[in-house]
Amino acid sequence: MAPVVKIEALHKIYDSGEVPVHAVRGVSLEIQRGEFVALMGASGSGKSTLMNLLGCLDRPTRGRYLLDGIDVSGLDRNELADIRNQKLGFVFQGFNLLARTTALENVELPMMYGVHKLTNREVRQRATQCLETVGLGNRAEHFPNQLSGGQQQRVAIARALVNQPQILLADEPTGNLDSKTSVEVMGVFQKLNDQGITIVMVTHELDIAHFCKRNLILRDGVIVRDEIVKDRLSADVEMKKLQSAEAEAKLTSSD
Amino acid sequence: MRITNTTVVALRALRRSKLRSILTALGIIIGVGAVIAMVSIGNGAKSQVEAQVASLGQNVITVFPGSFSSGGMRSGWGGMSSLTPDDAEAIGKEVANVAGVSPEVRDRNQVLANGLNWNTQILGEGPDYPTIRMWPLQAGAMFTDSDVRSMAKVAVIGETVAEQLYPNEDPIGQTIRIRNIPFKVVGVLASKGFNLFGQDQDDVVLIPYSSHMRRVSRRTYISSILVQAASAESIQKVQDNITDLLLQRRRGKEQDFTVRNQVELAEAATATSKTMTVLLGAIAGVSLVVGGIGIMNIMLVSVTERTREIGIRLAVGAHGRDVLLQFLIEAVILSSMGGIIGILLGIGTSRLVSLLNGWPVLVSSSSVIVAFVFSAVVGVFFGFYPARKAAQLDPIDALRYE
Repeated sequence: MAPVVKIEALHKIYDSGEVPVHAVRGVSLEIQRGEFVALMGASGSGKSTLMNLLGCLDRPTRGRYLLDGIDVSGLDRNELADIRNQKLGFVFQGFNLLARTTALENVELPMMYGVHKLTNREVRQRATQCLETVGLGNRAEHFPNQLSGGQQQRVAIARALVNQPQILLADEPTGNLDSKTSVEVMGVFQKLNDQGITIVMVTHELDIAHFCKRNLILRDGVIVRDEIVKDRLSADVEMKKLQSAEAEAKLTSSD
Repeated sequence: MRITNTTVVALRALRRSKLRSILTALGIIIGVGAVIAMVSIGNGAKSQVEAQVASLGQNVITVFPGSFSSGGMRSGWGGMSSLTPDDAEAIGKEVANVAGVSPEVRDRNQVLANGLNWNTQILGEGPDYPTIRMWPLQAGAMFTDSDVRSMAKVAVIGETVAEQLYPNEDPIGQTIRIRNIPFKVVGVLASKGFNLFGQDQDDVVLIPYSSHMRRVSRRTYISSILVQAASAESIQKVQDNITDLLLQRRRGKEQDFTVRNQVELAEAATATSKTMTVLLGAIAGVSLVVGGIGIMNIMLVSVTERTREIGIRLAVGAHGRDVLLQFLIEAVILSSMGGIIGILLGIGTSRLVSLLNGWPVLVSSSSVIVAFVFSAVVGVFFGFYPARKAAQLDPIDALRYE
């Protein structure tokens, strides 16, 4: 089967300042369907730039990017928008939900800009279904400020899933969350990955990267390590460990 | 589908900040309301003046005698005794497009009936007079050409005279004495009210001009000639033809008459109220523009404040066009909703003004339509710049915006 992502000698040079910045210097990469990849690196390593390129938010200076078999390196603004809408799902560090807008309406957002004509009922149905997938079926009418950080991030994941994308892209999805909620969100990702969804996430936390199947480490705009995670963590197991630790510390009741 | 979705998105965005939306629209509400109210009041005043001018008659041309001077003293228009019934007859016969001619002789006199007496205006007129002045009779009939020829002692009286002399009975068939000469009342004119100059037009007695000249005033000349042109377009032509004809009849002598038409009078009378309407409308229009700038200001603030939202929308697949449309629709909804509420407010205000002050108020549908269209255009015009600004944002920059 063809890889979902195939990039060849990708370069990105920012020349807006006085000195041109060579952020990505010839990255070649293949990601197969069903993979769960963590993109790691120190700040300035080019991981965010690579993520923006993968997410079709930015265009490479040189090189080729085949997403689901389509060469997206030469597409214009609107064509890229359609690709983002149909083939990609985004989860951000800061959740980026619309304020004063219910969880359900937030999840409906990508369908507002879809090329498929959906009836209002279909839109509502799909959004509700995605909220149920992330375990928030009973929070549909809540506003973001009525939800915890973990719940907000799960709404964001539901929004990313609603157009049935080829890849889920997550930029530091646990960056704003405490360790327990991080494990909770990683659990959602693992469950989705088990259902066959390809996930690429940026993180700088090693333990979070251990929930993934493959780790890529970037330094100075090139991939310096590409390895399969051997002792992969399971979110369910980690969650149980955390709960028992909490019970011992009498933070929560033992049952 | 995309437009419907965008409209839904725009409505949700407006609903999210209700108070701000209402306050933004308030500028347009007040602007449109003020335009409607001011123009309605101005139009009311104008229509009142026009109605009074119209009560003088339609397409009426008046021929006055000229002025004369005696020993260095000039008499002013109408001072000369230069017009005769023959002039009037000639106009009726020889000038084309004339619908009616009435020689007029004016005089004030004491009239008596039933032991009551009253000082009133005695007008000697031709049988066309009610037609020319658009002044129907409420009872009886106008005297005829044969009454004029026979210098009949018949009279048609105005309502005021009827009320004063025949308070409890039908005046038709009664006798009215003018200069002690008994005239038979054959008709009563419909009430016409006060004219532009505050005179009671119903305080009048009409008799045939021939009877007036021979029996009452004993004059050989007439005070003026009323001519009705067949149509508004022919007024100027008829006026010129009358001048030519009368000059010809005077065989090269100096012009001893003047010809005026009513359009000039109407124009002079309505000019003031027209100026007032324009002035009021212009002042109100300024507030509408100010309202539009308010919308632009809020939309610009809104674009800056919602940069992240725009970034999210672009990231999940919105085209620049969708964002442009969303902000444009928001602006247009704000301004046209403001327009509709403003129209209702304006109509309400005009009603209130007319109720409290008794001013005539005329809400014209054209001013309502113009105000509404203008408010929508204000929305598009002042909403376009912020909307375009939003649409041109780069998704990455917008997402990073704090």
